[in-house]
Amino acid sequence: MTTIERSTWTTKVGLARMLAGGVIMDVVTADQAKIAEEAGAVAVMALERVPSDIRKFGGVARMSDPKLITEIMQSTTIPVMAKCRIGHFAEAQILESLGVDYIDESEVLTPADEEHHIDKHAFNVPFVCGCRDLGEALRRIGEGAAMIRTKGEAGTGDIVEAVRHMRAVQKGIRQLQTMRPDELFAAAKELRAPYDAVKQTAELGELPVPNFSAGGVATPADASLMRQLGAQAVFVGSGIFKSSDPERYAMAIVKAATHYDNAEILAEVSAGLGEPMQSTALGDIPPEERLAVRGW
Amino acid sequence: MTDDPRRPRIGVLAVQGAVRPHVEAIRAVGGEPIEVRLPRDLVDLDALILPGGESTTMRKLIDAYGLREPIASLARGGTPLLGTCAGMILLAERIADGDEPVFPLLDLEVRRNGYGRQLDSFEADLDVPALGEAPLHGVFIRAPFVTDVGPRAEVLARDPDGTPVAVRQGRILATAFHPELTDDTRLHRLLLEMVGRGAGHPA
Repeated sequence: MTTIERSTWTTKVGLARMLAGGVIMDVVTADQAKIAEEAGAVAVMALERVPSDIRKFGGVARMSDPKLITEIMQSTTIPVMAKCRIGHFAEAQILESLGVDYIDESEVLTPADEEHHIDKHAFNVPFVCGCRDLGEALRRIGEGAAMIRTKGEAGTGDIVEAVRHMRAVQKGIRQLQTMRPDELFAAAKELRAPYDAVKQTAELGELPVPNFSAGGVATPADASLMRQLGAQAVFVGSGIFKSSDPERYAMAIVKAATHYDNAEILAEVSAGLGEPMQSTALGDIPPEERLAVRGW
Repeated sequence: MTDDPRRPRIGVLAVQGAVRPHVEAIRAVGGEPIEVRLPRDLVDLDALILPGGESTTMRKLIDAYGLREPIASLARGGTPLLGTCAGMILLAERIADGDEPVFPLLDLEVRRNGYGRQLDSFEADLDVPALGEAPLHGVFIRAPFVTDVGPRAEVLARDPDGTPVAVRQGRILATAFHPELTDDTRLHRLLLEMVGRGAGHPA
């Protein structure tokens, strides 16, 4: 009899590969999850509050109520992700027991540990983690993240940080590719990242796991920009359900993620869309209130 | 394959999903990969692959950009097709629990995510006599579960519990798993071998 192996590294990274070219949408109710699925989302992120409301609300942001997550899981047939706090492995254990399809160890929630991220290899459920540069991406992969997303600045509708982080990762990869093999040891030291992940990235010319973009996508053009800069898929948080017409925005961003290099289609889906989410320019957010700096 | 020195042009439906692993597999077996997002991309294809991804998303984008009829017509004209995971769902004549079929071309019924959620995703070696003696390694990710295979389709492989996971009907191949996520290119080779076997209609 052939043996079956569950929750392998290949199946974890494999699910991320299946989401390529798609849009993962934040939803706070089962009804929103249905709207997202109907619009063509490849997955939803189940949350109590989208990042722009987390900002407004202040205080400590935690894992969402398991009851809400379960309701959302029952309402849709596409994969459901949920967020836990950085380092909060107990929240992750709870989310795994619910059977979510991916856990986002997320800087959008208030960190629970200022030194250690979760040992993600210890879990059967796959994890996605945020990063601002190549070193941070490779540290998370070393800890077992099967998908990376650049952080951007969540809840702002300002794409500038997402661009900065994606460019930083891509530039870091290009720099590794110019190095002699014996220079990669020092590069690993400088990046503060595991040597094996550094070497693999240099050989592949890309991260060893899929790299998506998050934090600040508010329009179809934003989704196209991030795809053209190298994101294989995009997370959209507040950008859909805080816009003036969530159904249309959702569908337009889905089409933009697919036809990201076709300006005619992008013009067509952007036309007459109505108001995007209420946005905040990055420069208007005091440094101590920025989310992307959380995580180490 | 034909005497034509030209490399066979193998399309990959690229509206969403794991397109790149198929593109790499096509290159590995000597084909020329073509990413298909619009009907104009279907011109002069020798074969077409429907990849894994989210079938609900792919269905919306297929319809939004008018790909349904041209792809069905390619298949009716005898162009070989391979569907993996979501691609198998798109090809099935019957989908359990009510979803409308997309290209009803394969005499089988599938249930979406029938093996369960991500925590039930798995790998297993499969016997596929049509591909030779060595087992094919199957990667199943939120895979569709084949609940019934009709008389027009032939089962090529079964999972360790005996459920069909690979089928062939005329020039259409479909798998519940992801051959593109391994280095084994025998299924892609089989697709290429179907190219240029003369005009004809699938069974």
